[in-house]
This record gives sequence, structure tokens and C-alpha cells, in this order.
Amino acid sequence: MSPSKLDLCPSVKNMLLLDSDGRRVAVKYFSDEWATNSAMEAFENLVFSKTQRTNARNEAEIILLENHVVVYKFVQDLHFFVTGGDEENELILSSVLQAFFESVNLLLRGNVDKKEALENLDLILLCIDEIIDGGIVLETDPNVIAGKVASNSVDSGAPLSEQTLSQALATAREHLARSLLK
Amino acid sequence: MAQPLVKKDDDRDDEADYSPFMGIEKGAVLQEARVFNDPQLDARRCSQVITKLLYLLNQGETFTKVEATEVFFSVTKLFQSRDLGLRRMVYLIIKELSPSADEVIIVTSSLMKDMNSKTDMYRANAIRVLCRITDGTLLTQIERYLKQAIVDKNPVVASAALVSGIHLLQTNPEIVKRWSNEVQEAVQSRAALVQFHALALLHQIRQNDRLAVSKLVTSLTRGSVRSPLAQCLLIRYTSQVIRESGNTTQSGDRPFYDFLESCLRHKSEMVIFEAAKAITDLNGVTSRELTPAITVLQLFLSSSKPVLRFAAVRTLNKVAMTHPMAVTNCNIDMESLISDQNRSIATLAITTLLKTGNESSVDRLMKQITNFMSDIADEFKIVVVEAIRSLCLKFPLKYRSLMNFLSNILREEGGFDYKKAIVDSIVILIRDIPDAKESGLLHLCEFIEDCEFTYLSTQILHFLGIEGPKTVDPSKYIRYIYNRVHLENATVRASAVSTLAKFGASVDGLKPRIFVLLRRCLFDSDDEVRDRATLYLNTLGGDIEIDNDVSDFLFGSLDIPLVNLETSLKKYEPSDKAFDINLVPREVKSQPLAEKKAPGKKPTGLGAPPSGPPSTVDSYERQLLSIPEFANFGKLFKSSAPVELTEAETEYAVNVVKHIFDTHVVFQYTCTNTIPEQLLEDVIVIVDASEAEEFSQVISKPLRSLPYDSPGQTFVAFEKPEGLPTTGKFSNILKFIVKEVDPTSGEAEDDGVEDEYQLEDLEVVAADYILKVGVSNFRNAWESMDPDSERVDEYGLGQRGEGLSEAVNTVINILGMQPCEGTEAVPPNSRSHTCLLSGVFIGGVKVLVRLSFGIDSTKDVAMKLAVRSDDVNVSDAIHEIVASG
Repeated sequence: MSPSKLDLCPSVKNMLLLDSDGRRVAVKYFSDEWATNSAMEAFENLVFSKTQRTNARNEAEIILLENHVVVYKFVQDLHFFVTGGDEENELILSSVLQAFFESVNLLLRGNVDKKEALENLDLILLCIDEIIDGGIVLETDPNVIAGKVASNSVDSGAPLSEQTLSQALATAREHLARSLLK
Repeated sequence: MAQPLVKKDDDRDDEADYSPFMGIEKGAVLQEARVFNDPQLDARRCSQVITKLLYLLNQGETFTKVEATEVFFSVTKLFQSRDLGLRRMVYLIIKELSPSADEVIIVTSSLMKDMNSKTDMYRANAIRVLCRITDGTLLTQIERYLKQAIVDKNPVVASAALVSGIHLLQTNPEIVKRWSNEVQEAVQSRAALVQFHALALLHQIRQNDRLAVSKLVTSLTRGSVRSPLAQCLLIRYTSQVIRESGNTTQSGDRPFYDFLESCLRHKSEMVIFEAAKAITDLNGVTSRELTPAITVLQLFLSSSKPVLRFAAVRTLNKVAMTHPMAVTNCNIDMESLISDQNRSIATLAITTLLKTGNESSVDRLMKQITNFMSDIADEFKIVVVEAIRSLCLKFPLKYRSLMNFLSNILREEGGFDYKKAIVDSIVILIRDIPDAKESGLLHLCEFIEDCEFTYLSTQILHFLGIEGPKTVDPSKYIRYIYNRVHLENATVRASAVSTLAKFGASVDGLKPRIFVLLRRCLFDSDDEVRDRATLYLNTLGGDIEIDNDVSDFLFGSLDIPLVNLETSLKKYEPSDKAFDINLVPREVKSQPLAEKKAPGKKPTGLGAPPSGPPSTVDSYERQLLSIPEFANFGKLFKSSAPVELTEAETEYAVNVVKHIFDTHVVFQYTCTNTIPEQLLEDVIVIVDASEAEEFSQVISKPLRSLPYDSPGQTFVAFEKPEGLPTTGKFSNILKFIVKEVDPTSGEAEDDGVEDEYQLEDLEVVAADYILKVGVSNFRNAWESMDPDSERVDEYGLGQRGEGLSEAVNTVINILGMQPCEGTEAVPPNSRSHTCLLSGVFIGGVKVLVRLSFGIDSTKDVAMKLAVRSDDVNVSDAIHEIVASG
């Protein structure tokens, strides 16, 4: 489904997380403008090469590329991008970008780099899934997003009998660890 | 926290490129996925395998149908586990695998169970997954739960249901529309994002019901919207309502403007910007309405955030196109943005300044830009070059410094597109500013001395051949042209030979010397170059006056559409009979729709003819004169822009171009048949001229056949009193024979039915008789005209709610003349304004108009109109046009 059909609703066309060589860490496309993987890679290359030399470490930066507005921010060796249509409110895109890198920052406990991101790729993918659904902004509060992603424990409602011994132990360990961290 | 997916290898830790997915391979991961089938599920390990699968998909790997099905089935087993983290991953991978309908059934019951779970996270995600993969039949089964979820007290669940509703509306509108009560309730939610999603869905459900949308906006603008995103949506809906309601209320205020204005004081920047953008986009926005929006955008210009500066400067740049004066207040802030780190912002700032700058600031601006040009990319430079070109056309007196700037950057490094943009700009300046011709041509000559692009060299040589001979001293160009014959590749050499020949043909004094040069070309290594030289030596040779045939051959362009020539050549079979170019049809038959260019776009650059009227007129003229019936109508004076005679998306689309000749008017109807099952034949427009008494119909040229989707043309010609701006109103009916077409074979049936189709009326107005032709220095031109030809009168224009600019535009449109020196732009809040217009009246009579406007406190506008022209009668005619307009 293409976000263009969503008429006036603000929409995001893709979210990209690339490394410092422009390779994919995690990407998600919400628009059918990019039909094939090679079209996506071509777009990622273009975005990466046009932004590579800019300084987007302190403040998020912005660029207009082939009828797309791309907002981006670099943290260590990670490059965060959020793309929207030509006419999209730039500040809405920027708030999505902020939600993206701040919630990743929370989830990776401040160690935002490629290695950490790949080791916790499940969290990054869930994070993207919690921010945008099919192009529509789902949530932009980093704390809420990170909270939703990190609620990673066993369903407390499950009767103990359904847990195996090792699961039960794991649960107990996690509860203990959490109480210690508090 | 999830654990590392692969055990860390200690000696690998130092490697910079360490990745837990190093050496990952699809086959192996698919093997690993067998753990999903274990009777004792290891949730952690399963999560890791799913992450690996997702990693592969994310990297562009594809699964075959069989692989995907297998993974999907084993994933469904994981619903047994109660591990929250694993369940999240299961949801994610089901969405990524996008299962087929028969596979969906397998997970439906598990997902429906989760939809009714006590755990909010399960409910929210199960809804999103199910709605993503479901089809219509399943939707009726779960509709009840979705309606409940929309009003769920957990905001995450409600949002999930609402967003899914927005997606489902595209595929199953009739079902989603039944939820509007629940959605309406959700709009009142206290949770910010729920309100946003509910508002988006509610608007989409009602978008075809204007009244409902208007009511929705009215109730919400009274202030119950919480989240900034929802407020942005509301602003968008409000501007849509404003756009559709069209008119201002009686008091002259725009409905809802106050709401937009109040949003400029919102605490969220996102909302402030959305409102400012909405105000600048209002139809016919007045300067009073613009001012508050410009003020907040100006504040954004000095923000520390690049995104904010970019958004503001981009919007102001757009405003500058229509209301340059409104943006001038921001000029100081703009100038400091020229050195902005972000080159997009800097370029936008420059081009905005170029649009708003006045004549006195040009030189200073050019100095700043020169420093800036060296460190931006070509794509930005092109934007700047285009802005400079329009600036130069606006202030022709400044051509010297602008032309110098262009020639300087032409000498610097740059790619083809950039160089082409510069050359195009110089060519346009040469065409439109006569004073700039000599220096412009010399700059181009110098450029080809050292030009690495064959295409540009040949285009410039061609252009030199046409313009060079008309200059005071054509001989000075010869050296540059002949140098090409020595130093370039064959294509450029051949082109230079043709250019030399043109000089020889046009300038008698140069002919003997050209001959010497052409003879030298006979020894060229390339046969095209030799052939051309031989041909020109023979055609131009001898002492006889160069007759028309030769100059036609040299300067004329091919009067046959290239497409037609190509088809004819393809059809031609070698035989005794030679190919006869005269048999090639000259009518433009069917241009595929895809090739239609945006209308009204002025042809620019080398593609357009170098002097005289723009090429649309040229090509129209050629097209009309190639039709024998119109051949004796003489020279085409003006062709109007196409006027649509049908609403968009009707069965038949018809537009008309009015061609004005001295004693005739030709209507060219371009018809398009948008019904694939029909073939139209003998298409003709029946014109009723009973409200245009002075016109009498002479010719009607029908269109023999009009197949689906390929536009065709039919013509109607009228005779009218010679040289007079006769006006009138014509009503049109499209008449034709319809034949059914078999969609499978594409064959049309033999029998057709006569049918008619009512078109809209068409008017010939005074403006059709005036050509927009600018003058470079209005004052000089005005004073050089006979003061006795001046006619002055005063007019009351009545109340104008939108102020002076509206009145100015109205008069410009009635007269159809060219505004000079940027005087069509009225500064905001001004009480008086002078507008200068120039044009050529039918018969080739030059006309200048000086309009002085004044407005009083009741918005009553008065106008003084002074006209000078080569013919007193024309001065009177202009007054008549205004008096009756």
C-alpha cells in the first residue's frame, strides 16, 4: 500500500539504519515506490553518498532528494534516515527521526554503534515496528517506544505449569536481575 | 536484554568489522529453524533464529515459495510459547512473510485468541498482524472485536485498531465505514495519539461528504485537540475546507483563517510550521493574511536546528514566487543563510534572494554568490543559474553584470547538465535582451574554444549560424568557427562547416573568404565534413543571387513531423520509384498521451528557436500552413493557450487553441477519446456563432477517425473584419459517429451511430489580439513614442476585497499584455501602485500602457490608464477593451 493513498495524513516512506560504509543494518520501506531490492539499494546508496560528508552529529540534518525529503542523524558509526514525500511537513519527519534514534539509544543503553545494534537487531526491528505502521506514525515518544519493545519477559499471566523448568529458572533469574538493577 | 546471537570469539573482538551475522547463510538458517518444531521450545533460541531470518530478509535475501511456506508453518507452532519476547518476534516475522490466503487460516485462530487476551501487548499486535494479512471474508468475522478495540481503554490497543482501520479502508471501505460511531468516540479520547489516529480515520471515512468534513472541522477547531500531530491533521483538513468553500464571507474575512492564525502561536513547532505553510498556500492569499505567517517563518530562519531553517526557507522560497514583496523583510536573515553549512538551505536562500531582490541589490548579491558557487554541487548550481536567468529577464538593465557572472562560471569546471543550463540561459538572454546579443555571442564563442561536450558545441555553432550574420560585424565570429574545423572531432567539424555556409549565404561581403575556407574543408579526413563542404560550395557557388530555395535549405527547418517521416520511410519498399518526401503526411496525427508535456511551459534554451516568437507559435504556424485550406490565411499573429471545453475525466476530452490571423480566426480542437470500447469517426465540432455576429464560418475540417487514447485534431475557421479586435462568444457541439470496438480483437464494428456531445462555450476576447512582448527599458520606450498617440482616462474598479494586487492582476489579464520591470508585484499594504505593460497589437502595432492604481480605506480602487502606441486608433481600442472588461 502506498502512503500516497493516505491523502492528507502525514506519512513516512521509509526508515533506514545504515552503517558508516552505507551498508544496511536495518531498513523498512512503507511505500511501493521502491519495488525491488535493487531499487531500494540504489536509493540507499544515493542517500548515503549525498549525506556522507555532512555533519549530522549534533543536530539532525535534512536534504531534498528526487522528490523526497530525507531527515537524518549520525551517531557513532550508525546513520539514521527517515524519508517522506516532497510536500511532507519536515518537522513531522524530524520528530519521527528523533523517536527513532532516541528509542534506539534507550534500548542499547547508550552504546549506540553498529556492533551493539547488530547484536540487538531484534530490538531495532521491533523499535521500527512500534514507530511506524504501514507509513502512519504510530508513536513518537522514545520512552513509550522503548518500553513497549523491552517488555521482554515471560507472560506473567501464564500458569507456572506451562513453563518448563529451564524457563522458570530463566524467569526467576530475570526477576532477580531486575530487582538488583532497581 | 537479548543475548548476542553468536558466541563471541575472543580473538575476534579486536576486529573492527565484527558482526554477529558474519558468514550467515540462508540454507543453514533454514535448517536452524527446525528448532521451532521441538516439543520443548527454547524461547531464546527461537527468538534468535527468527532474528536471523529477519536479518536475511532485511538484507534483500528472498525465500522461495516452498521455503517461505515451511518457515511460516513452523513459526505458527511458536504460539504455544508464552514468552512475550518470542511472541513479538513471531508477530514481526508473520508480517514479513506475507502469507497467502490459505496459510492465513492456520494462524487466524491463534491471532483471534490473542486479540481477546488480557495482555494489552498481545491485543494490540495481534490486531495489527491480522489486519495486515487478512482478506475481506475474514474481516467480517473479526469486525466485532475491532470495533471493541477502537474504544479500548488501553491507548496502544485503540491506536492499533484505528491505524489498521485506515489501511483496511483502502481495500474494504464498506466494512470500515460501519465503525464510524466508535471512531467518533475515539476522537474524544484523552490519549494524544489515539485522537490523532481516530481523526485520520474519521476524515477518510467521510472525505467524500463535504458537509460532514466541514462540520468535523468546525467542531474541532474550537479546541479539543491534544496532540501536535492531530493538530497538524486538523490544519490540513481546515485548509481543504477553505479551498473547497472557495469564497470569502461578506465581511471579506476568510472562514477559519482565525484558527490557522491561532495555530501560529501553538507551543509545538510542528504545528506552527504546518499552519504557516497552510496560510502561504491559501488561494489568492492577501498580504495581510500572509504577514503573521511570514513573521514566524522568519524566526525559524535563525533557529539552531537545520531542519527548521530548511523548512522555513523552502516555504519562503515558494512564497517569493508569487509574493516577492512579502518576503523582503526576511532578506537580512536570508543573507546570513548563504553561508549555511547545509548547502540545500544556502541554495534556497540564494534563489529566494534572487527572486525578492531589487535592481540596486543585484551587484552586491552577485558578489556573494560568486564566493558561494565554488563549493556547492552541480545540482545546486543549476538552480542558481536558473534563478539568475529569471532575475536578468526581470531587470534587463543589469544584463551586463549577470551576463559576466554567467560567462565566468561557464569557464569553470562543471558537468554537462550544469554547462547546458548556463548555455541555455545565455541563449535566452540573447533572445530576450537585444543589447546583450553581442557580448553573449562572444562568450559562447570563447566557450566553444575549450568545450569538451560535442552536443553543446554543435548546438552553439548552429545558434551562431543563425544569429551571427545579423550582428554588426559578423566577420569577427569566423575565426572562432573556423578554429573548430581544425581542432575538433568530426561531428563538431561538420557542424562548423554548416555554420560557415550560413555566414556565406547571409553576408555577401564574406562570401569569397568563406569559399576559401570551405574549399580547405574538402580535404578533411571525415566524409560527412567533405560532403557538406562540397554541397555548400555548389549551392552557394556562382555569382547568381542566392535564391529562396537555397536559403530555405540552409535556414529552414523540416516542415514535416519527424514521426510521420519515420513511419513513411519504414513503409517504403525499395523499388524503381524513388521515395517522395511530398507524400509524407503533414498533419500531426496521433501523439501518444504519454508524450504530452505540461502545458504552458515556455520552451527554453537551445531547443527553442533563437529569436522571434516562442516556438509554440512557430510550430502551430507550420502545422496550420501545412493544411492547404489555411495556407492563404497569411502570417499567424497569436495562438492562445489551450482552453479546456470539457470537465476533467469525461468520456471525451476536448480543448481548443484559438489561432488569430489578420482576417481569420482558426479554432483548433484537440479531442481525446477516453473510452477503450469506442472508435469515433467523422468527428466535427458544430459551432454556433449567433453571439459573434461579425464572424462568419468559412471552413470546417473534420477528423476522420479518433481511436481510443490518441488525440486528434479538427479545425473550424472563421472570417472576421481585417485587423480589428473583434470579440464574440461561440457555443460548441461535438458531433461524431460512434462504433463499438471489440476489446479482445481491437476490431471496430462496421455500423456506427451518430451522436452528439455538448461542449462548453468559447469566447474570443480582446486579449487574444495582443501579444505579450516585453521591452527592456520602459521609460526609454515610452518617451520614444509619439506623445500625441497618448490617450488617458480614469476608471473606478469598485471594491476589491483582496486589495490592490487583485485589481492589478485583473487588468493585466483583461489586456493580456506583458508586465515590465517586475511591476506586476504589488508591495503588501500599499495604497497606490504603478504597473507598466507592453505588448504588440494585431497588425504589429507596438503598445505601451502605464497603469496607476489607488485604493482608499473602503477598499475602493481607482485606476488611471495611459496608453501610447504607434497608432492612435489602437490607443483608443485599448481604452475600449478596459471600459468593456
